[in-house]
Amino acid sequence: MEDIRDSLTRKSKKAKLEQIGKGISFLCISFIVLVVIAIFYFVASKGLATFFKDGASVSDFLFGTKWNPSSVSEKGTPLIGALPMITGSFVVTFLSALIATPFAIGAAVFMTEISPKLGTKILQPVIELLVGIPSVVYGFIGLSIIVPAVRSVFGGSGFGILAGTFVLFVMILPTVTSMTVDALKAVPRYYREASLALGATRWQTIYKVVLRAAIPGILTSVVFGMARAFGEALAIQMVIGNAALMPHNLTTPASTLTSVLTMGIGNTIMGTLENNVLWSLALLLLLMSLLFNIVIRMIGKKGAMKA
Amino acid sequence: MKKIMFLCSAIIGLLFLTSCGNVDKGESLNAVGSSAMQPLVEAAGEQFSSKNVGKFINVQGGGSGTGLSQVQSGAVEIGNSDLFAEEKTGIDAKKLVDHKVAVVGMAPIVNKGIGLKNITMKDLQKIFTGEITNWKEIGGNDLKVVVINRASGSGSRVTFENWVLAGKQAIDTQEQDSTGMVRQIVASTPGAVSYVSFYYLDKTVQSLSIDGVKPTDDNVKKNKWVIWSYEHMYTKGQPTGITKDFIAYVLSDEIQENLVPKLGYIPISQMEVERNAAGEIIK
Repeated sequence: MEDIRDSLTRKSKKAKLEQIGKGISFLCISFIVLVVIAIFYFVASKGLATFFKDGASVSDFLFGTKWNPSSVSEKGTPLIGALPMITGSFVVTFLSALIATPFAIGAAVFMTEISPKLGTKILQPVIELLVGIPSVVYGFIGLSIIVPAVRSVFGGSGFGILAGTFVLFVMILPTVTSMTVDALKAVPRYYREASLALGATRWQTIYKVVLRAAIPGILTSVVFGMARAFGEALAIQMVIGNAALMPHNLTTPASTLTSVLTMGIGNTIMGTLENNVLWSLALLLLLMSLLFNIVIRMIGKKGAMKA
Repeated sequence: MKKIMFLCSAIIGLLFLTSCGNVDKGESLNAVGSSAMQPLVEAAGEQFSSKNVGKFINVQGGGSGTGLSQVQSGAVEIGNSDLFAEEKTGIDAKKLVDHKVAVVGMAPIVNKGIGLKNITMKDLQKIFTGEITNWKEIGGNDLKVVVINRASGSGSRVTFENWVLAGKQAIDTQEQDSTGMVRQIVASTPGAVSYVSFYYLDKTVQSLSIDGVKPTDDNVKKNKWVIWSYEHMYTKGQPTGITKDFIAYVLSDEIQENLVPKLGYIPISQMEVERNAAGEIIK
């Protein structure tokens, strides 16, 4: 009797094992959460020091157009206008997404609707290969091919937003394409069958049914691509020219948040204004990627409700 | 399950091993900073380790600013810098001890299509401040001036601006953060002008003489060519132990006469002049 009660009340070996497993997986996830919180705290504490410790004004930072943190203006305020970089980042991001989206949708339609066999056998691996190319390679190709091409067609030095847009376009195309493919594949088969049964041609089915139904997924993929473009540093730094000037046209040197960050961080001293203001840029980048994530979630939720 | 747990513990064990691997193997030393100095310190470090078994020199780049702030905070033993600590804001130069290990000269370079081999200091200044916008204004071909600068705060840029711009502000223009990149862009962009250390001068670009003085090592040694800077190794307080040994090794004839010139620097012992942080000649 005692034995039975004992064995029933005590945890079995399997139950213990399960508890250990639970513990380990919880440890892993809490570790990740901790890392994220630590990064946020670190970047925010450094980035906000510009405004609280060094007393620079937020509007100077967000709307000023003169960037030279080591010197001051006539009024004695530090020249930390980040608007040229903010504009540069947004312009290259939107332009590259604008060019990449039609290509991605076209490729995805071909791969899922028109020729799935060829799509999965040849195009899919090719696109996955493109994702795996390191960004420095893209940057180098941009520097040695795209920049001279832009220079000979449009004049100027060739460095600028246009060259950056082309490089980013190639970089985000595979991401957007493969996610669009997933979105199109997720459209239920009976949508297509019903459409075809009603006498629609394949083309009508594609653009009136499949693409319409996949809009939330396609939007998500575009925002994903934009998030990638916004955060890209190395390749864009090699072709954009890194001049902290307001971009007047697409072929004069400009800069992005990331390019200024990577260029400056090694040349500044921790704790000085020059360094802190770079952390402010980093904070801005972090907040933007947070925003992109939120937008993706919102699109996902809306799309889910419709279906 | 057991296998997985074994794997986990093995990985964690490995992490611990790597983190304390250097402790029981012998002494090690961290030298961080200027990427321009990195090849020299790395090569010297390798030779030092092969002579002194069990002593390791870890060399990292990151820029002169990183080197100075890391050595000031005590995170590393040696901070490599292209600049005097006095030239950087946020650094308390009194706490650091300067060890000048080499000299590097810098020369303006232009694209080959410009058709100039000599320039006056005044014109060079006007180009970098944006007063001259076409090369024909100073006798070159009819090409627009494309100024390529280095990242602000970088050692090369501070040195160049000290000696060429004399306190004036350079125009806002495109910036690059590596010398190799600068040379490639100047070589391929019509009308481009920038500056690189002597080591990077080659046939793809045209180096300019200033007021008839050619950018050569000999002119730097006599201070006829003024655009040069020291390569510093900073320590916090007087160096001791392995740090002291390593700096002494870098300053020894063995390194100064072989490695230093081979990597494009000028040995500190061959300099006929000495400059202080303010740029005044003190010898």
